[in-house]
Amino acid sequence: MSLYDEIGGEAAVNAAVDIFYRKVLKDDRIKRFFSGVDMDKQAAKQKAFLTMAFGGPNKYTGEDMRRGHAHLVAQGLNDSHFDAVMENLGATLVELNVPANLIAQAAAIAESTRNDVLGR
Amino acid sequence: MPKIHFGGQSYDCQDQSVLDCLTAQGVSIPSSCHSGVCQTCLMRAVNGKVPSSAQNGLKPTLVEQNYFMACSCYPVEDIEIALAQDAGTKILSRISAIKPLTDDILGIKIQLPPAFEYRAGQFINLFKDENTSRSYSLASVPALGEDLFLNVRKVPNGVVSNWIFETLDVGYPITISSAIGDCFYVPGRPDQDILLVGTGSGLAPLYGIVRDALLNNHRGKIHLYHGSYALNGLYFIDELKKLESANPNFRYVPCISEGAAPDGYAQGMVLDVALSDNPDLTGWRVFLCGNPAMVNAAKTQTFLAGAASRDIFSDPF
Repeated sequence: MSLYDEIGGEAAVNAAVDIFYRKVLKDDRIKRFFSGVDMDKQAAKQKAFLTMAFGGPNKYTGEDMRRGHAHLVAQGLNDSHFDAVMENLGATLVELNVPANLIAQAAAIAESTRNDVLGR
Repeated sequence: MPKIHFGGQSYDCQDQSVLDCLTAQGVSIPSSCHSGVCQTCLMRAVNGKVPSSAQNGLKPTLVEQNYFMACSCYPVEDIEIALAQDAGTKILSRISAIKPLTDDILGIKIQLPPAFEYRAGQFINLFKDENTSRSYSLASVPALGEDLFLNVRKVPNGVVSNWIFETLDVGYPITISSAIGDCFYVPGRPDQDILLVGTGSGLAPLYGIVRDALLNNHRGKIHLYHGSYALNGLYFIDELKKLESANPNFRYVPCISEGAAPDGYAQGMVLDVALSDNPDLTGWRVFLCGNPAMVNAAKTQTFLAGAASRDIFSDPF
């Protein structure tokens, strides 16, 4: 069974996306990166991110990650902000009672995008 | 083999997604995640049915209008499809009534064209000439068979709104588009509470949506907040008060942001008033229309107050 199936597939993503995005928008460390962004488009992107972190189907490349975040890096996006997102991801999965070993796997997938997201 | 009809051409589509099929034929469709998630490749089925797996995660108002994601759509029958943003066909009708609603908002009724399909809260494009049009929301309700009803705000130096105010009269022929937009009431979940917040002529779609929900015997709370700077910017006051007396679950709160508010009116910015009256929106359905700054702030704030992102519908204008 894949990580994606173990976590609960698309239903798990749907359950997680609002919880996760609400945490991100309330987080004083990172919320400025989301001000003025259209909520609907952003929610779809959060969903795509969670699907990837859950080991689900995705075709994002490192290049997509770099292009998608370049404007934020220009605004000062750095490791501390990436850490904040990782924290919110972990807290979301804890809230949904996902077992710790699966949370660790999802966190590892998300972590693997760090250098691309930060444009290094 | 299922055929895809798109842009006047036909394409055979066997065991591949609509997106892959069109891309392989050199047709460029915007796309990103290729996983049925990001909705960049959103398209609309004009004829034929798409598998429901191509609509996973879409808002109910999009599903009802046969929108789907091209990357996860594996057709099983012939379909005719269009890009999501392609506006509808042009239709000729006639002005049936004109009445000022406030100093700068004009109520315009247009004869309901035969077989015209729409949902209360959607909008149409109204054409001044071949190349100049503006979008106006519908305040009318299809189930009542009413003429199409627009609330047009006079925009300073607005090419179309000034033409409407100065030129249009009863009997004048007018070209409109078919109805567009995903800010409307979907029957079902009749016990869900509903919050509606609008400024100025943003009341138009909300007035339609409220009456549509009541006609569908919606049982949950329906709370409508309409804001303006001053008393003379509010309209449909009598109509909405009548609806309020006739429907115990419907509440109408007119708000004034500048100066003192008389009895029966709330003082303050409409969004602030709505959120302080309804601080926990968990499980609510939310409709937001009018001033873009208000609507964008309201989308975030109602979401943070607990409304699910797929239950928030909006139309900034």
